[in-house]
Amino acid sequence: MSIIINSSSRIAVQGAAGVEGQFHMSEMIKYGTKIVAGIDPAFQTDKVGDLDVPAYTTLKKAVEEHNADTSLIFVPAPFAYDAIMEALYCGIKKIIVITEGIPVNDMMKIKQYTKGSDVVIVGPNCPGLITPGECKAGILPGHIFKKGSIGVISRSGTLTYEIVQHLTEAGLGQSTCVGIGGDPVQGSTFVDILKQFNADDDTKAVVMLGEIGGVEEEKAADYIRDHFTKPVAAFIAGKSAPPGKTMGHAGAIISAGKGTAEAKISALKEAGVAVAVIPDDIADLIKSELNK
Amino acid sequence: MNLNEFQAKELFSKFGLPVPNGKVAWSTEEALGIAKSFPEPKVVIKAQVLTGGRGKAGGVKLANSLEEVEKISSEILGMKIKEFTVKKVLVEEQMSIEKEMYLSFIQDRDNRGYRMIFSEEGGVEIEELARTQPDKVMMVQIEPFPGLVPFQLREVLSKLSPENKKHARGIYQMMNKLYKLFIEKDATLTEINPLIITSDGKCIACDGKISIDNSALYRNKDVIEYRLPEDENPLEREAREKQLNYVKLDGGNIGCLVNGAGLAMTTMDVIKHFGGEPANFLDLGGGAKAEHVKNALKIIVDDDDVNTIFINIFGGIVRCDLVAEGILNAKKELDIKKEMVIRLLGTNDKIAYEMLEKENISVFTAMTAAAKEAVKLSKQQGV
Repeated sequence: MSIIINSSSRIAVQGAAGVEGQFHMSEMIKYGTKIVAGIDPAFQTDKVGDLDVPAYTTLKKAVEEHNADTSLIFVPAPFAYDAIMEALYCGIKKIIVITEGIPVNDMMKIKQYTKGSDVVIVGPNCPGLITPGECKAGILPGHIFKKGSIGVISRSGTLTYEIVQHLTEAGLGQSTCVGIGGDPVQGSTFVDILKQFNADDDTKAVVMLGEIGGVEEEKAADYIRDHFTKPVAAFIAGKSAPPGKTMGHAGAIISAGKGTAEAKISALKEAGVAVAVIPDDIADLIKSELNK
Repeated sequence: MNLNEFQAKELFSKFGLPVPNGKVAWSTEEALGIAKSFPEPKVVIKAQVLTGGRGKAGGVKLANSLEEVEKISSEILGMKIKEFTVKKVLVEEQMSIEKEMYLSFIQDRDNRGYRMIFSEEGGVEIEELARTQPDKVMMVQIEPFPGLVPFQLREVLSKLSPENKKHARGIYQMMNKLYKLFIEKDATLTEINPLIITSDGKCIACDGKISIDNSALYRNKDVIEYRLPEDENPLEREAREKQLNYVKLDGGNIGCLVNGAGLAMTTMDVIKHFGGEPANFLDLGGGAKAEHVKNALKIIVDDDDVNTIFINIFGGIVRCDLVAEGILNAKKELDIKKEMVIRLLGTNDKIAYEMLEKENISVFTAMTAAAKEAVKLSKQQGV
């Protein structure tokens, strides 16, 4: 088992006419991912570039003809809201948004629209996710991952790769690695993904990579303390970042000291999470947590 | 993107929010001209810089005659407030203030919606008030759909103290208009502080702050016009124009060049952990090519505070050979005299190592070892 995606996931790529989208589609296919269709309003051909993937101008057709159950979005930011809504209207339940720079207001609307539904949105502004050896949905470099039992959740792409490299070298393979993205409003939060890992028998421990800003790490700490049954190790980036150059008083009034690295680290420690000082510590921390 | 007060007030006016009569001046002569255009030369002169604490720094003063306008505007123009030099002042008619209130709308990421914050007691102590007497600061949760609903405002205004009841209609209109601006302009914050009630009972936005979501600037082109060269650090401006995510930090000497925001912050943390001081945050972004790396290096080389350059790249999508090519091009073109520590790992790293070794440049594979080396070098030169 794994979470969200596996070897039977059938992925449609929205925004497949661009160079970037096609490069990553070919990388995913090489990894063994089932890419069933490419969608782009600009398509005038039957196939996506040089790839053996059918091309469509609307997602509806791809869902009808190829039973796509997952959508991967590369659409440029100004059109991403439209693309995500298209996926939602087509009944897609797993939507992975790689696009960077989507206006906060657009994501707020999407979040409210999907509130209470069983739709899983990962991203935006994320590297996607990977279930090693089975399926890669996104832009992660497949070769550094190894099949195993560590679940990884991260707000940052390259920091994920850095840590996964350490895990893999230490013989700690991964069940699924999820990049939840660095935007203020995320499709899935740490808590959403932790819930999935909690229910996944193949995940024995979780690595959480957070950073300053927002209170999702603090919410995750509450969830871990009260409900999570597996060991967790974490790293929080941004300890040395200067306080944000914020303007006005409203931000200070509502944040009231929350969201700093210190606040996150202490919340996680209080919840029993092993917090690494530098990334190199993560693999050892997970090992000792697993041996407890 | 943050707006200056005079720009915020221009937007307020466009959305029908009353502001004091006034204009921005870039010189003492202009300030005098503005003061002369009023019935009386009784004005307030306010430094226009993108930072808080202008009043405390002496950047906001009253002038009651043309002589004072000349004297005070020449004092404020050119003054330094934090890292900014004042290049422009707002010259406004003085208001007869009876009451100062507070009103703002802010994106509330933690609740996936917006919040309106209102208080009958505005002014610079509003944060303190929120801490000590939270009941005096009213908050309204707003959902993206259906947005602000009139009854929510009626609920807030029903709590006005008796002496302020007569201003309810004026405040209600301010709230509605400020919300309209907040939504239409994709603002992350719109704030009026103070919202004043004048002695003749008018509601006026006496000071204002607006921040716009950078990701939404493409659909708010009029706002981009508000970007002025003097409001940005020159290196930060160059970085933005080259599509690099860069923040200059005070007091550091290790210039960092990293791909990805999370890894860039982590790099700074690791440098600090080993006793060094990062001079900047620089995220190359996802698809860095050779030219991009060279542009980034130029910004760090141009920073006089930097004595050691630390390049930390994890090649996932970024190809290490292209990064190496960028480094070699920069070395040729920029005449870099500063120490350089390079850590490269990931896609095509072997090719990159060969390219760099040919030029006698050594490369680290582990971030920690590289960070220690950078800290060591930065300290040797600091002495």
